[in-house]
Amino acid sequence: MTSRLSAITLNTFREAVRDRVLYNLIVFALLLVASAPLFGQISIGIERLILVNVGLSSISLFGTIIAILVGIGLVSKEIEKKTLYTILSRPVRRWEFIVGKYFGLLLTLVVNALLMTVGLYIALLITAHGLKKGDALLLAAIYCIVLQFMVMVALTLLFSSFSTPIFSAIFAFALFVIGTFAEDLKNFAAMTQGFTHWLTTGAAYLVPNFASLNVISQAAHDQPISGSLIAFNTLYAVLYSGAVTAAAVLIFERRNLK
Amino acid sequence: MHAIEIRGLAKDYPVGFWKRKLHPALKPLDLTVESGEAFGFLGPNGAGKTTTLKLLMGIIFPTAGSATILGKNFLDHEVKRRLGFLPEQPYFYDYLSAPELLDYYAGLSGVAAADRKKRISSVLERVGLSDVGSKQLRKFSKGMLQRVGIAQAIIHEPEIVFLDEPMSGLDPLGRHEVRELIQSLKDEGKTIFFSTHILSDAEALCDRVAVIHKGELRGIGVVNDLRSNVANKSEVIWEGAQAAAAVRELLSEPHATGETVRGTVQNSDLDRLLETLRSQGARLISVTPLHGTLEDYFLAKTREQEAVNR
Repeated sequence: MTSRLSAITLNTFREAVRDRVLYNLIVFALLLVASAPLFGQISIGIERLILVNVGLSSISLFGTIIAILVGIGLVSKEIEKKTLYTILSRPVRRWEFIVGKYFGLLLTLVVNALLMTVGLYIALLITAHGLKKGDALLLAAIYCIVLQFMVMVALTLLFSSFSTPIFSAIFAFALFVIGTFAEDLKNFAAMTQGFTHWLTTGAAYLVPNFASLNVISQAAHDQPISGSLIAFNTLYAVLYSGAVTAAAVLIFERRNLK
Repeated sequence: MHAIEIRGLAKDYPVGFWKRKLHPALKPLDLTVESGEAFGFLGPNGAGKTTTLKLLMGIIFPTAGSATILGKNFLDHEVKRRLGFLPEQPYFYDYLSAPELLDYYAGLSGVAAADRKKRISSVLERVGLSDVGSKQLRKFSKGMLQRVGIAQAIIHEPEIVFLDEPMSGLDPLGRHEVRELIQSLKDEGKTIFFSTHILSDAEALCDRVAVIHKGELRGIGVVNDLRSNVANKSEVIWEGAQAAAAVRELLSEPHATGETVRGTVQNSDLDRLLETLRSQGARLISVTPLHGTLEDYFLAKTREQEAVNR
């Protein structure tokens, strides 16, 4: 089982690498590094704040875009091109295929994030002529971005397991936007009553809470990110992505691959 | 134990806007394939051949019925280690090289990492691709891709190989090469189940064939028997031109050269013809049963139902 899972994971990663997804990101990282001196000229004192905000937001946004663009085709492309036929005719369980694909795309996004993180740190080094202790906080923010990727990959995989790439992209992007405002949705739910209250509260807890996973602002402002928040976010991302991936497996297990 | 035993396997697809109507893609199918046999599954496009193969491979699920492969339920994952499958017009991960692709598939089939390198080079040599190196599959011709397809189907040394239209879209040379490959698998004693609508391939390779049309099994049997049955005629040669007039109504295509007469006769009229020749004092030289072609049988079976419907 492990060898089959790792084979599918590595092949998914290899596909992303050879499709040059990562190269675009390397170009981005280089651009960020090259533009670092410009940040220094914007305003004395807040250049770090802007650089960290731009850098971390870019890592999050680019990763999410890749998660959607690659994720929507993870299953549907294999069905359309019939490559799945030669996999399912082997002793590969359908859940192994889904889980292998999940980890493959997640690995791609983690490598992306790491490359961009290196770029961000080099840019910080150039702008501030050195790194300070608080810059280590960025790693906690990047870890939370990876948690966000875990949820996003699970969602795109779920949509890809039963829908066309276009609809999958629309669903995934819509959920990403709604999830970014999940806290506002909760606040709105608190202000409503009766059936609307139940409906909005249910929706607020059902959609992925990307707002809670986003600690970019704290990292940029050098505010501490508590261990309990990181532990809670980790638990949330693991449970949420686990449940969504399980749903993708349940759908895919019953699907006739015409 | 049969290599493949299909019992009442059927597949309906819901059609229409509300998906309430059911279209039978495969009507209940009963079929057995023996171990070491090359079995041809013939039918025109849309007959249900690919549906049957997809059902057996667990790619789609049956509406009814079941099957056993090598004595185990066809959905048993362990039995899949012993099967190889080449889909119709296969597409492979074109960013991989042939050795990388085979390594991936060998890993999925449970071939130990230590054995893979040796096995990959031997299979590539067998399918005539030993010199492709690290060239990506996107640069391969259709014939080369088909050979890669066969390589992936046999990389784990399966006991049964399922091939869906293996010669489809290939030029004559490519078809010949693929045919040779299938013949060599057959010579090794592997069970081969392949679907095709190219009858000459089935005629050359198969021990038995089944004809399927509009999702329904129309006929099954040993190739030679089917060809004899469909012709149902014999060629008779005798000496004695004077007897020709007496048997004229029984003969078709009579041809006389001096005293020697040759003609064909329906097998049902053969006894009557021979008695008449004897009574006319003719000297019988030979009686040879005529064989039809597999195409005759195929056409007869696919047109049978249309005639009934009319």
